[in-house]
Amino acid sequence: MQYFQLMGFGPDGWGRDMLAAAGMTIGVSIVGFVAGVLFGCCGAAAKLSRFGSLRWTAEVYTTVFRGVPDLLVIYLFYFGSSSLITSVASMFGAQGFVGAPAFLTGALAIGVVSGAYQTQVFIGAVEALPRGEIEAARAYGMSSFLLFRRVVLPQAIRFAIPGVANVWQLVLKESALISVVGLIELMRQAQIGAGSTRQPFSFFLTAAALYLLITFVSGIGFQALEKRAMRGVRRPA
Amino acid sequence: MLDLPFFLDTLSTLIGGVPLTLQLTVLSVSSGAMLAFALALMRVSGNPLLDYPARFYIFAFRGTPVLVQIYIVYYGLSQFPVLRQSMLWPFLREAYWCAVIALALNTAAYSAELIRGGLNSVAVGQIEAARALGMSRPLAFRRIILPQAFRQMLPAYSNEIILMVKSTALASTITLLEVTGLAAKLISQSYRPVEVFIGAGAIYLTINFLIARLCAALQTALSPEKRAAPAPAQSPETEAPRHG
Repeated sequence: MQYFQLMGFGPDGWGRDMLAAAGMTIGVSIVGFVAGVLFGCCGAAAKLSRFGSLRWTAEVYTTVFRGVPDLLVIYLFYFGSSSLITSVASMFGAQGFVGAPAFLTGALAIGVVSGAYQTQVFIGAVEALPRGEIEAARAYGMSSFLLFRRVVLPQAIRFAIPGVANVWQLVLKESALISVVGLIELMRQAQIGAGSTRQPFSFFLTAAALYLLITFVSGIGFQALEKRAMRGVRRPA
Repeated sequence: MLDLPFFLDTLSTLIGGVPLTLQLTVLSVSSGAMLAFALALMRVSGNPLLDYPARFYIFAFRGTPVLVQIYIVYYGLSQFPVLRQSMLWPFLREAYWCAVIALALNTAAYSAELIRGGLNSVAVGQIEAARALGMSRPLAFRRIILPQAFRQMLPAYSNEIILMVKSTALASTITLLEVTGLAAKLISQSYRPVEVFIGAGAIYLTINFLIARLCAALQTALSPEKRAAPAPAQSPETEAPRHG
């Protein structure tokens, strides 16, 4: 009973704040995810490119950002851009430390990390295409661009869906780490509530339940998407 | 651009956090593996009373961030006076044990599915053959299923161990000064995130590289049939034409 009053929508309930924070979690996750898709596309293109230097750069990118803790990357981006901003601001005469916007730096950090995973997903999807199809398209005289647009892309997107869904779940969970640089998303809001009511278990459990709800619902969404994308594909019986 | 003396100084400070990072990894991975084994057995038991609780456990721990799990254990449990007065409190009060417990509970959920996949990968015919030879179920499980399941899941499990190394970084949010905790401290003291990041990143990459190599070597040692056969001895007798 007490719990529902605490998390309710009454005058001293935290329900509204927690839901708003969950919205912020979804927002920062979406921005980070989209950035990750862009980085992933660039990474995959670089890994498949003819130029050794591009392939090598992409290899370093995926190795480093998949091998280093996400928290460390968030610190790098937050403090890195903050000290950049601070030095620019001091050139214009401002005093002291200027913090970078937590939303942008957090989303960017998540984008860079998830982009490394996304690169691997896209590579796998492109490599899943039967070689014969590409040879056939070439034999018909398609240019590389046309071949990519008509043959590779539509099928690779289909193959990539399960991997992309995994990365989305990863991004959602990683977004909790942005709380350490002060963005008021679900995790930070739970900390605030826990601090001011001295009921940490209730708040963190509620946050966990909301995360679970978001991952569960988006999991169903991706399953439906996969089913739809695969509707024209014959499966081996 | 890179200030070398500062970088070396940073690196030597950060290396001081490696023992704690490794301790957290080893303790949570080993205790998590035991729990994962129990969960995997529940999943394959065929008994819904065991299967569904295990399913729910895995669903809940895989669907929420590790950070939430760590906070629930470290901050959340103090909400219950019963726990605060129990004998467990000396452990639950320590950030160190809370991090180990939360990380172990988390990795157990992921590893359980890997173990289940390994157990299911063993061909049914082999189990039937073992039973036909008169092995009891536990003996067949121990001699036939388990060794092959272990070998099968090892590559995926090495990924999980690497993920756990990365997850120990979250222990820094509950005051532990492992590599990332020290890195955060150094960054806020020096405002030079790039050098600190390179140092800490190099440490994590080295640890993860070593784990990957170790697991790959173990995998090779455990799969004698996949190793290249030794080159046949080139003796004049075998070279000689048969119908001389």
